[in-house]
Amino acid sequence: MKHLFRLNVNGETHEVAADVHHTLLEVLREELRLTGTKHGCEVGECGACCVLVDGEPVLSCLALPIECEGKAITTVEGMAAGAAPHPLQQAFYELGAAQCGYCTPGILLTAQALLAQEPAPTRERIACAIGGNICRCTGYLKIFEAIELAADRMRRAVADTVTL
Amino acid sequence: MSAGKPRALRNVVGQPLPKVDAMAKCLGQTQFADDLALPRMLHAKMLRSPHPHARIRRIDVRPALAMEGVIAAITGKDVSIPYGILPVSQDEEALVLEHVRYAGDPVACVAAVTEELAEAACERIVVEYEVLEPLMTVEEALARGDLRIHDYGPEGNIHKMACLEFGSVDAGFAEADHIREDVFFYEGNTHLCLEQHASLARYESDGKLTLWSSTQTPHYVHRALAKVLELPPSQVRIIACPNGGGFGGKSDPFNHEICVAKLAMLAGRPVKIALTREEVFYCHRGRHPVSMWIKTGFKADGAITAMHFRSVLDGGAYGSYGVASTYYTGALQTVTYPIPHYKFEGVRVFTNKPPCGPKRGHGTPQPRFAVECQLDMAAKDLGLSPVDMRLAHLVPENTVTCNYLRVRTTGLRECIERVVAASGFREKHGRLGRGRGIGLACSSYLSGAGLPIYWNNMPHSGVQLKIDRGGGVAVFCGSTDIGQGSDSVLAYIVAEILGVRVRDVAVFTADTDLTPVDLGSYSSRVTLMTGNATIEAATALRDKLLLVASETLGALPAGLDMKDNRVFRRDDPSRYVSFVEVANLAEARFGTLGAVGSYKPPKSPGKHRGAGVGPSPAYSYQACVLEVEVDLDTGWPTVEHIWIAHDGGTAINPLLVIGQVEGSVYMGLGEAMMEEMAYRNGVHKIPSMLDYKSHTAPDMPPVTTILVETEDPNGPYGAKECGQGPLLPVPPAYTNALYDAIGVRFDQVPVGPDLILLALQKKVLRVGPTRIPEVGWHAPLQVELPAAQPTPELV
Repeated sequence: MKHLFRLNVNGETHEVAADVHHTLLEVLREELRLTGTKHGCEVGECGACCVLVDGEPVLSCLALPIECEGKAITTVEGMAAGAAPHPLQQAFYELGAAQCGYCTPGILLTAQALLAQEPAPTRERIACAIGGNICRCTGYLKIFEAIELAADRMRRAVADTVTL
Repeated sequence: MSAGKPRALRNVVGQPLPKVDAMAKCLGQTQFADDLALPRMLHAKMLRSPHPHARIRRIDVRPALAMEGVIAAITGKDVSIPYGILPVSQDEEALVLEHVRYAGDPVACVAAVTEELAEAACERIVVEYEVLEPLMTVEEALARGDLRIHDYGPEGNIHKMACLEFGSVDAGFAEADHIREDVFFYEGNTHLCLEQHASLARYESDGKLTLWSSTQTPHYVHRALAKVLELPPSQVRIIACPNGGGFGGKSDPFNHEICVAKLAMLAGRPVKIALTREEVFYCHRGRHPVSMWIKTGFKADGAITAMHFRSVLDGGAYGSYGVASTYYTGALQTVTYPIPHYKFEGVRVFTNKPPCGPKRGHGTPQPRFAVECQLDMAAKDLGLSPVDMRLAHLVPENTVTCNYLRVRTTGLRECIERVVAASGFREKHGRLGRGRGIGLACSSYLSGAGLPIYWNNMPHSGVQLKIDRGGGVAVFCGSTDIGQGSDSVLAYIVAEILGVRVRDVAVFTADTDLTPVDLGSYSSRVTLMTGNATIEAATALRDKLLLVASETLGALPAGLDMKDNRVFRRDDPSRYVSFVEVANLAEARFGTLGAVGSYKPPKSPGKHRGAGVGPSPAYSYQACVLEVEVDLDTGWPTVEHIWIAHDGGTAINPLLVIGQVEGSVYMGLGEAMMEEMAYRNGVHKIPSMLDYKSHTAPDMPPVTTILVETEDPNGPYGAKECGQGPLLPVPPAYTNALYDAIGVRFDQVPVGPDLILLALQKKVLRVGPTRIPEVGWHAPLQVELPAAQPTPELV
């Protein structure tokens, strides 16, 4: 027996029929075909499936859709403003922070949540924030640099807006 | 094949450009295998043996098939033709026919309308096993030669033995002032790609089978599928999706790929499988656990007079790349420091564990660990500095080693000098006080193997180009992007030679129907081989375009250049025609525009049996310094900093090269400190990402990367490899640093706080094995030393 969920994903409300025990990860990928959210373990160990729920990083493989009704879900597909990539996406692109790219969506969203709280995090804070996201390609170093670059650009953009 | 243009005049090669596929990855648009879905698609699940060693007495899938929504179920008899990556080890069955060889070996596969249903159906399958004694260690497997895991191999559970002697080690040892014998152990570990393997098969009414898969080697999957399914290869199409990490773990044809293809043929519907993380641990093909004994003779100045190296590999349940892995544990010892006489004895033993195979560095990190640790010990014995002893005895350029490997360029001297200077090694070594230490190690790796897996005279890599009427260039190549940037390398080189923007180049790769064969993303072969093939194809096309442009511009082709989507006169760049115009003129003149290029490595000088493993068009070199602090109360090691210098030849894209170096250092550090495949009671102890320990972001130390750019005549623009070699020096640099910190030799890896604390508490001076498993070595093949070579140029 399927349950009808109302989920707000990337600003759009979807009515989704799914088994009640299916995870948010499964519903995003299989019902909504938002395959940008990845899976590396499906038991909460790798961070690849991280999405934002009301701005907080959540492992979608451990979350149930029923818990997320009435909340704002953001996936990697929702980061860009139309065709313009988010500053984090732009920085990851420029600095080679995405090698195979499989951990990238989860790390981008985790970083977005961090920067919303702390616009100027130290490298230590960045490392701590993405401590639950495993990346096997980069050794994390290019990821640190990209998050720092994006944070810098986002602060400047805010400063520019203020001075206008 | 270096493409002529001086470095300063290049527009694309050498630039730190983003990868061509990076934005799609950042936007979440890249389609990995499990992201694909087709109408009417079924989902597959495999039933796996819970026993490490057993015989199947009876298997019955009828209860599964009786369930509504279960469409097809297969067992060993449905896919009974054996296969394997190497022609000499066709020892795998897509589903076990009778003999289960490890816990996790699949025995049946079900396709159903949902994944949950397929899983439930697997539980209904009835299997009766006759449980056999599991042989979980090399010692057990060697002792129970009567209980064979496979019925091939020289004897008992020995899969492969290789014994070679180049020159006479006895003569070499007779000249030595000092001889050391040491024993080492390097634990097995796994790739842990973040993407779990997935495959989707479609069988069409015209008899055509298409498989999308997370594979690094679509060409070999093509061969295996055609063989096992008894289809004409022309009716099989393999499309390798972008891999969510490879590192060697997706280089074999896999049982799940064959099973979904078979199920799709039976069901007449597309079938997809996505492995769980636990199943990925069972696929494995990771680093072999290797026990090593090494005897080396030294002159008083540290020169090596002879080396005798023995390696015993725990192969796990199947052959995989194991024959090559075995030879690789003995191949590259000779390319860093001259070894005038060398004897290698290696053996690979089957055990009842998931099969080992190629992981980043394939068979060479283990012996490199042993060699570099022993060198430090010898330097101490001889009262030499580990830096000066290495610097005084380096293989010169244009050398043929005693085991017939041709070294053309080496930047190892500069690598050592620069990491030593950057790290302050000389000021720090032996002077940091108890608890803090610094260590050095060097290494080398192949830029692709000199010989293909299936010996033939065809190219290892092929590239095809076409130009459209709008000025876009399409490049077609069988290479597979596993995150290393191989798609980008194709685009960069085409853009460089044809003077177009990188975004004007459309890249089509890894599709056996569309693209010329490239053997696959393994052995660090792709940049060198596809790069050279691309240069050949693009140069052919450029020649045609310049011929036409020369008439328009009134200058000889040699007086023209291509840049910024223009063809212009070198003597007067204001006189130009656009690339599109020239392309259109050329098409009118020559007809449809296209070109092909291919690459085959130069012939290796070695002719002996076993000479196929080790030769490469070019060798990369590395030197690494690692500084560590050990908490003397808890044993906790903190790596403070790693400096690495890498000679990867010309960096076609320094941003991507540094990324490969950093990733290799990270992975090597994991192998040094914590990563291990562990088994208990015949099963994998820790098949999860939480329990298989790997470094997380907060654990990662700062890394200083120095690129040393020799220009190798065999590399495209002088490029060599960068994706594997930089892993190799990290484990020995770590244990050499631990020795400097606390005076304890760790002759095994990984070394975590538990071992360090134990050593500190027990006040031991060494932690490591005391012997290697006893093996009845065959008489070695005696190989004469290469003829005296012309004196190499002084470097």
